Amino acid sequence: MKYTLAIYGAPYSSQAPQTALSFAKSLLESGHSIYRLFFYMDGVHNASAIAVPPQDEVNIPAEWSALIRKYDLDAVVCIAAALRRGIIDKTEAERYEVSAHNFAEGFTLSGLGQLVDAGIASDRLITFGP
Amino acid sequence: MILHTVNKSPARSNCLKSCLRIAPHGGALMLIEDGVYASVNNTKHSQLIVDALTRMQVFVLEPDIKARGLSGLLIPGVSLVGYPGFVELTQTYDTVQSWY
Repeated sequence: MKYTLAIYGAPYSSQAPQTALSFAKSLLESGHSIYRLFFYMDGVHNASAIAVPPQDEVNIPAEWSALIRKYDLDAVVCIAAALRRGIIDKTEAERYEVSAHNFAEGFTLSGLGQLVDAGIASDRLITFGP
Repeated sequence: MILHTVNKSPARSNCLKSCLRIAPHGGALMLIEDGVYASVNNTKHSQLIVDALTRMQVFVLEPDIKARGLSGLLIPGVSLVGYPGFVELTQTYDTVQSWY
């Protein structure tokens, strides 16, 4: 089955990213596929490339990047939700003339339309609320 | 039929109550994260799940039960599932409605 996971919670303030990660790993291991990961609201913080949690804690953004790389997943971050929270890629940083960018590898900035598309194209859309 | 997930403790949020008001016969309830506190027996909120069990199946995510030290305290009739079981349930039911 084709799944889309929508993640609305930020790492370290909500359990949603951890639940979604475990769910994603479990479904991929059982032979199902992920059509899209969609990060929305505070979930955009999962796409930060510069989160540095203590070494004895799970680095959730890095876990996502590794999973995305391993399975070549489509991971979309809502651009409107991301920019207002200071999650920004190089292109947008140049466009808005801000001094830094922090967008993790493997993710893509795009619009909410990608969630609508995923809802239509997937067999299951599972929301992980904050 | 719908699988309803609830991720908040009934002590903190009304989302379990809202869910149970709407969830019809034949649906199922999946308690995850802090939602698993609703499945503990002999609490102020236990009756919600005791009543729900008369009309629907209730599942709880075992890793979240273990993480909170709640093993052995559950209301009789609730079913423990791991992540593979959770994934399977999302296939058995047509839609997943998340309450948070």
